[in-house]
Amino acid sequence: MTDPKNQRVYLVDGARTPFLKARSGPGPFTPVDLAVQCGRPVLARQTFDRTAFDLVILGCVNVIADEMNPARVAALRLGLPEETVAFSVQINCGSGMQSIDTAYRYIRDGSHQMILAGGTEALSHAPLTLRSSAVEWFGKMNTAKGPLDQAKAMSGIRPEFFNPVVGLERGLTDPITTLSMGQTAEVLAQHFNIDRKTADAYAMQSHHRLAAAQSEGRLRDELMPAFDRDGNVYDHDDGVRPDSDMEGLAKPKPVFEPPYGQVTAGNSSQITDGASWCILASQRAVDQHGLEPLAEITDSQWAGLDPSIMGLGPVMAATPIAQRHGFGVDDIDLWELNEAFAAQVLSCLAAWNDDAFCRDVLGLDKAFGRIDRDRLNVDGGAISLGHPVGTSGNRIVLHLANAMKQRGAKRGIATECIGGGLGGAMLLEAV
Amino acid sequence: MTGHVLKYLGETKLELGPVGDADGNWRTGRDDADVLWLVLDKQNTNMNTISKDVIRELDQHIIAAEKNLPTAIVIRSAKKAGFAAGADISDFEAMTEDGAADLLQQAHDVLDRIEALNCPTICIVHGAALGAGFEIALACDYRIAIPGASFGFPEVQLGLHPGLGGTFRLPALIGPTDAMTMMLTGKTAHTKRAKSQGIVDAVVEERHIAAAVTAAVEGKIDKHEPGVTSRAFGFDQARSLAARKMRSETEKKAPKQHYPAPHALIDLWVEHGDNRDAMQKAEIQSFARLLRSDTSKNLRRVFFLRQNLKDEGRGDDGVSHVHVIGAGAMGTEIAAIAAIKGKIVTLGDIETEALGRAIGTAAKICEDKHLSDIEMRDALDRLMPDPRGYGLAQADLVIEAATEREDLKEKIFKGLKGKLKKSAILVSNTSSLSVDDLATSAPSKTRFAGLHFFNPVSRIDLVEVVKGDATSAETAASLAAFCGAIGKLPVTVADYPGFVVNRALVPYMLEAMVLMDEGVSKEVIDTAALRFGMPMGPVTLADQVGLDVGLHVAQSLSENLKTSMPPISDDLRERVDAGDLGKKSGKGFYDWSDGTPHPDADLDEAPDDLTDRLILPMLNACAEVLREGVAQSPDQIDAAMIFATGWAPFRGGPMHYAKQRGVDDVIARLRELQEAHGPRFTADDGWSGLA
Repeated sequence: MTDPKNQRVYLVDGARTPFLKARSGPGPFTPVDLAVQCGRPVLARQTFDRTAFDLVILGCVNVIADEMNPARVAALRLGLPEETVAFSVQINCGSGMQSIDTAYRYIRDGSHQMILAGGTEALSHAPLTLRSSAVEWFGKMNTAKGPLDQAKAMSGIRPEFFNPVVGLERGLTDPITTLSMGQTAEVLAQHFNIDRKTADAYAMQSHHRLAAAQSEGRLRDELMPAFDRDGNVYDHDDGVRPDSDMEGLAKPKPVFEPPYGQVTAGNSSQITDGASWCILASQRAVDQHGLEPLAEITDSQWAGLDPSIMGLGPVMAATPIAQRHGFGVDDIDLWELNEAFAAQVLSCLAAWNDDAFCRDVLGLDKAFGRIDRDRLNVDGGAISLGHPVGTSGNRIVLHLANAMKQRGAKRGIATECIGGGLGGAMLLEAV
Repeated sequence: MTGHVLKYLGETKLELGPVGDADGNWRTGRDDADVLWLVLDKQNTNMNTISKDVIRELDQHIIAAEKNLPTAIVIRSAKKAGFAAGADISDFEAMTEDGAADLLQQAHDVLDRIEALNCPTICIVHGAALGAGFEIALACDYRIAIPGASFGFPEVQLGLHPGLGGTFRLPALIGPTDAMTMMLTGKTAHTKRAKSQGIVDAVVEERHIAAAVTAAVEGKIDKHEPGVTSRAFGFDQARSLAARKMRSETEKKAPKQHYPAPHALIDLWVEHGDNRDAMQKAEIQSFARLLRSDTSKNLRRVFFLRQNLKDEGRGDDGVSHVHVIGAGAMGTEIAAIAAIKGKIVTLGDIETEALGRAIGTAAKICEDKHLSDIEMRDALDRLMPDPRGYGLAQADLVIEAATEREDLKEKIFKGLKGKLKKSAILVSNTSSLSVDDLATSAPSKTRFAGLHFFNPVSRIDLVEVVKGDATSAETAASLAAFCGAIGKLPVTVADYPGFVVNRALVPYMLEAMVLMDEGVSKEVIDTAALRFGMPMGPVTLADQVGLDVGLHVAQSLSENLKTSMPPISDDLRERVDAGDLGKKSGKGFYDWSDGTPHPDADLDEAPDDLTDRLILPMLNACAEVLREGVAQSPDQIDAAMIFATGWAPFRGGPMHYAKQRGVDDVIARLRELQEAHGPRFTADDGWSGLA
């Protein structure tokens, strides 16, 4: 940062819950429960008081009725003072990164010193909703006066009223193009010639990398165990399959476009519950409290494109950052590129390595280059640990900071595609 | 939340109508609609109790109202704490039997006149309306509750039953079944239940009380009408039949021999349940009689003992964050109770599975304590499992509740050096190790002490604050205040083997094992103790505590005490070796697979000295700890034994019992036992100072 008016912004610390695979029925935690579960330990290990926070921002896509403005509910449940303002943000799959970006900009502009920015999502709690025809009938029933009126209203009942709309399914369908998210990955796979086998191989590697990160303790400070009221402990991302192999990945049938599609449950991100928090601080706050930041946040970018190819969001958002700073592909030591779908990640890599695409779409002279797989999603990603939509953006930024520190990397980019045709990216640099 | 905006606005003010300053214990005034407000604001206290003066002054106000009848009368309290906590118990002490009946009759007359007034009478209740306070409310035409209000007759806990008309006014209002249950159990009905039972006619927020009073005056509030079942109990047979069940249920919890009051209440109802005037006369006579009973005197003594310990627990503890080390049974319950009472709690254990179980247990405790969903959520939010020990650096108080091994505790303490806040207090929940020995490993000796909780922490009120040689007075005071803050009763004692409670209990349990070795059955032993009034026989108690824990404590005491202890039986060691540890393993001396044993044996064949062999060693140990200066006073010991072990409360505590029985008699009896059974019964030197 050269502008003296601009404050430097640091990612000081952060933690997340394990990502818990949505099984049958709602999981043990609501969105705010999850935010409290990982928020408590991360606050408990700070040397400064909770009053040091100026603001709490929380990303969450599927807010439940009991937790309107989940940021405020979480902040109060975490024991933050009532004076601390808290608001929630929603930009679909980018919500957890939006919270960090908003915090980053507030601190950079000098109005705030320390912000708690998180993301949370309990996809297993996504509601079943009544069809609008059923809601109409229900309204008539409620306002019916007298037995005759009621009987009349009652006779309007139809079997489909009892066939509720699955909120999660609707949420993962783009309302403009009516394509499901999986279908957008199918579209990209065709454009960039990604075959099933390549996608499966990518998915397998994601599982192996996460399993190694778990067993080698690389998530120790990042992942805080969660505890439910029945006495159960959740201490790891439970969607991981350490023994994942090509044979197993070849089994599942295409889910989104059967029978000829190639995006399967095995090479897509998992539906999970989870939360993540990052603590962002200004230079002044770092000095005042004697903090040791994980990384400095030095740039961010959002971008939009056609919803049917939303999976290329990372290319559209991360490239302008590289251009602004004059970075070539080798200047970025580590990448976290959210694994919505294996085919989508591979399409992004293919796009960056395509002269024509880079020239015509991104305005580069030639291909951005081949991103070394050893620099990309080094500890697994959403395919192995899951994609709680409002949380993932927060997690990849936090994990990038931790991975950079562990590996002594200088520079990294966390980026993600966003349902609806958006992309987000953040640039982190070692302190 | 206590933010400055709400603080500025202040708490919701009580609607007191037009009343002026206090004239005696009541503040009065008539509003524009000529409604007379009678507001009880007892002098020199934060809590209303119904004293002789309160009644006498009320009488004057009612007489005045009769002469100049207002549109209506509103009765309520000006105290934030609530309506009234019941009769002023210190008045009871002064009453003789005849005097009591006279005073009661006068009070009854006042309430009868309120009931007979020719204008609506409206009682507004916030907080608790207990005993005589509840009885004043019952004499009114309307009862309007503010959310949070509660109603009850705790008299049975004092060896009494309601004495100001409750025995006939409550059954008439809500029916005898609910009314008798309330009076026999002493349980309070909170707002919601009070509304559904018909105790209150309306539940109204404080901010709408003026409007509610107007509505009541205009007859716009529906009065609760008693149900049809009440009428069925107008027949003698119906009451006799119902009473039979009440008697057997009551006998189980409160045997007539030790607790006459509930049985007297049932008798009253059976005889006079269909005749209000007769019931009123009989209630007065019965109440006056009970007032003079040893049971009631001793239970009132227990009430004051509790007040004393509560007073010791007042003050600022300076503790907002507690870190508990060890998620075993004790650590878990300590953490849960502290969190329920509003402390920020971190619970450390290297085993995450143990932390998981701890949260499960804490959730159950919240349910047992009837916390609302929100209260439970907040309590569990405040209780953070802490496998990495983050809480240590932030805690104002660190409670070590690890396994009872000196080397382990020392290792833990040494590991804490440099990690705690400078002002932090460290305590050990040890039950058998020397606090002074442990202090040598603590980061600061002055800010170290013992804090001995009893199992199960969620149900046993007493905590021994063990002040070591180096423990500072400030530390001890903070710990007593911490106990008060989490709803516990502190007794501050000195470091001594077994402190007070275990020092007294161990010989009781060991003697039982000697008796078993002699061939006396465990059922006979336990029955003897139960008949004496102990809540649990010594064999059941040993099983409940855990035979391994009991053995450990017994060994530690036998090694460290100068006085002679009963030998530790081989049977106990063998059971511990075999893993039969009592309740927790499903089998100890008893088989616990079907739940808690309830021995009820025939004592005809029991040794004559059985009860004294069990009880007197406890008394002897109490004399010893008093002589040694471990406890400060006989009352403190009585309180500790009653609130930690449930020691026969109707006897007023072990020291009080010895005094009532006669110290000389106790010494003589110990001498006989010593001759018959050996030196463990040698009367302690401390008795000479008590005789």
